[in-house]
Amino acid sequence: MTHKTSSLISDESKADIDRWLQKYPADKKQSAVMAALRIVQDQNGGWLTPALIEAVAAYLDMEPIAVYEVASFYSMYEHKPVGKHHIKVCTNISCLLRGSDAVMAHLEKQLGIKKGQVTEDGLFSIKEVECLGACVNAPMMQIGRDYHEDLSPEKIDEILARLK
Amino acid sequence: MARIEIDGKTYEVEAGKTLIEITDAHGIEIPRFCYHKKLSVAASCRMCLVDVANAPKPLPACATPVWDGMKIQTRSPRAINAQKAVMEFLLINHPLDCPICDQGGECELQDVAVAYGKDRTRFIEEKRIVIDKNIGALISTAFTRCIHCTRCVRFGEEIAGVKELGATQRGDHMRIDTYMTDTVNSELSGNVIDLCPVGALTAKPSRFAARPWELHTAHGIAPHDAFGSHLEFHIRRNQVMRVVPRENVALNEVWLSDRDRFSYQGLYAQDRLTAPMIKKDGQWQTVDWESALLFAAEGLKKIPAKQLGGLASATATVEELYLLQKLLRGLGSNNIDHRLQQVDFSEKTTKAPFLNQRPADLAQADVVLLVCANLRKQQPLLNHRLRQAVLHNHAEVIRINVYDYPQNFPVSHNLTVAPHQLVATLAGIAKALDEAQPAFKNIEISEQQRAIAACLQKNNKKIKVLLGEAADNLPQLASIRTLTALIAKLTFATFSETGRYANSAGAILAGALPQQTLAGQAISGETGLNAQQMLSQSLQAYVLLGFEPELDSIMGATALQTLQNAPFVVAINGFCTEAMQGYANVLLPMALFAETSGTYVNNSGDWQRFTAAVAPVGSARPAWKILRVLANLLDVHDFAYTASDEILNEVKMLCETSAQTVEDSTWVLSAPQALCYLTEPAIYAGDALVRRATALQATADAQACHGAHVNQRTADKLRLSAGQQVKLSQNGGSAILPLVIDAALADDCVLVYTGLAESAGLAHDVGTIDLTAA
Repeated sequence: MTHKTSSLISDESKADIDRWLQKYPADKKQSAVMAALRIVQDQNGGWLTPALIEAVAAYLDMEPIAVYEVASFYSMYEHKPVGKHHIKVCTNISCLLRGSDAVMAHLEKQLGIKKGQVTEDGLFSIKEVECLGACVNAPMMQIGRDYHEDLSPEKIDEILARLK
Repeated sequence: MARIEIDGKTYEVEAGKTLIEITDAHGIEIPRFCYHKKLSVAASCRMCLVDVANAPKPLPACATPVWDGMKIQTRSPRAINAQKAVMEFLLINHPLDCPICDQGGECELQDVAVAYGKDRTRFIEEKRIVIDKNIGALISTAFTRCIHCTRCVRFGEEIAGVKELGATQRGDHMRIDTYMTDTVNSELSGNVIDLCPVGALTAKPSRFAARPWELHTAHGIAPHDAFGSHLEFHIRRNQVMRVVPRENVALNEVWLSDRDRFSYQGLYAQDRLTAPMIKKDGQWQTVDWESALLFAAEGLKKIPAKQLGGLASATATVEELYLLQKLLRGLGSNNIDHRLQQVDFSEKTTKAPFLNQRPADLAQADVVLLVCANLRKQQPLLNHRLRQAVLHNHAEVIRINVYDYPQNFPVSHNLTVAPHQLVATLAGIAKALDEAQPAFKNIEISEQQRAIAACLQKNNKKIKVLLGEAADNLPQLASIRTLTALIAKLTFATFSETGRYANSAGAILAGALPQQTLAGQAISGETGLNAQQMLSQSLQAYVLLGFEPELDSIMGATALQTLQNAPFVVAINGFCTEAMQGYANVLLPMALFAETSGTYVNNSGDWQRFTAAVAPVGSARPAWKILRVLANLLDVHDFAYTASDEILNEVKMLCETSAQTVEDSTWVLSAPQALCYLTEPAIYAGDALVRRATALQATADAQACHGAHVNQRTADKLRLSAGQQVKLSQNGGSAILPLVIDAALADDCVLVYTGLAESAGLAHDVGTIDLTAA
């Protein structure tokens, strides 16, 4: 194994991971792997690189493949660059019935990209996701940590304008 | 105890066991994929579902503990329905192309599908496809066939001790994968081939070479490390097509190391010697056996006994080694040795290296001191037992060595020191255990040595002290052995020695030594010359058994030069190299591993007999027969053997009736050296057979053995940098090698492996070494 350094993780991120490590027994460092991946993903502008996955592995005394298993299992870990504002559009059943197709089409038209792509200025990216648990106000999308519900083309334009 | 009923029959069973353990023990068939008796329970494949009375749903037999009064039906309509349904799910994505799959005919999925599946498919959609990946030289992949049982993943975590395979992605995209472009490098990696219930992981060296129904099997004993794993040859038309483990609870369980699994490739190397050859007037000619043996006997007859030497590899069998020494001693020479890797011959008596315990006892240890042992790479399955002790018994392991070999378990004290410091370190620990001994007057005890001593001094704990194979290569061998044995004595520990080769112990018992004969009995009369003496000054004649001087001997180029200067050399060998044609006068082709009958004595003390599985290549013959005829031609008495069993009986009888007296040895502190030269056989180059196993040479472990290794500080001191060509020179030898920075070395040490062509030019003189930019 050649991957052995955690130097890519910033001191701030390390302090953050250490806080999570305190919640678990000292010989069960791998328990903090999900938190650690989220922290380094945030540090890196929303996506994970192989080098970062190896850094987490080194920091938590894990094999890189074990970290990669987790990182590839959960869809909220990104493995390709994302926009500053990563737009996650729910297309699951409730949103679908309430017009998520139109939401997606409108977003793609307004931003000039397809789902899975990033705008040229790096500001926006679109991702299709499964149910985010806001069916009561479908259709919905998530940008950053915020939910935007009861979407209409006008409301989407308004949100995008605010973020530009 | 619990009383349970399976398919209408009542069984008294141990409560708490899982149902599948009970049914397996009683021969009741339950299909399974993810369950394996040596791995943790995943219960993910659902193939072992059975019908349990009062349970709302069928339960997985692998994850259901038995309880008193439990009623199980394995073939009720509900059980059959569940089995059929699971089988249908498993076959949804599994390609139905068994005719082009290497596993076809020995596939668990195929067998279970026939026995438990439906006879037609309802699935008409497209099947998933998984892109293949090169995961190394030993394992071939066809991931589309994978049914996600995760046995290979659990094997890595639980047995190999290094997680190299994982299950990445999820749902329909889940696949078995290594990290990015990594390969699988474990020394036990080949076992995943046996574990894989489908054709997703198959053996690369034997891929598409034979169909299982064309093969027949024969039993054998592993020919490399001293652990002595049991194995099975799969043979087609008198050719070993592959090697797999044979279950042996006391030794290798169900596992086999990669070295023992893939070394059979060497049997069919390009340079196999297939017919006897003699050198007449400087020309090599192929002759019949009679002429060759007569030529050899004529040549040997002319030599005065004292000028005759015999050297053998410790991979030879007890019978072969016994006959070789009997032949030489019959001719009046005690010049016989098999200790080709040894430098220090100061001990008067040589004891066979034994563990003095069963491998299973090591798994029960509480504290283990490892001295000069690289168990993980050299005796992988003994290391597995030690790892079990650490994992399940929380054993504390203390490791003292000249090289920091990577371990696959945590070590509580880890010391890497230069060889000359090793004696002082051991003496310090021994002094901390018994300060009163006058011999330790001038020894200082460091804090760490005191801590190690404290660790070893525990009441009511199982303490084991183990001296490994790497000590053989050090000039301080006698001192290291004396002190290690002393530490064991002072801590009331079991003292073990691992030995290096398949027959390290057998060679000593058989008497292939200059100062002692069969069963360790001291010889009467003058002691013969040891390997070092025989290989530094030319004698007039040598008989060599399975020995390649430039690669097998720690004296490398010096050994080769000495033999080249010898007037008459009889080489009994399985191979024919250019070097051999240079120094030998007669080449007698011998049958190798799998082709000969014989006995190995492993480090557990088992005399393991084996028979020939295939006929020898060409006109090669078992070495015991060659030696017998040679002895007859030389008029040596008592050589009328008709079977190898007769030889074994003769050896065993004497070994069982006589006890060896061992003389006490002493220890001395050694002087420091400016640059200390270290050497040991490379993992896949330790003997003639494995050196020729091409797949093993392509592994990461083999690749890591190339070059001249120093740590960063030493490189800086010598003003050398990684990758640079450096010249190593010693009296009588030199080599130009790339420099490898290796953090596992102590300061001021340089490590070069033997057994490789690149380092054969070195004399491997442990005394001096000069390292400069080339």
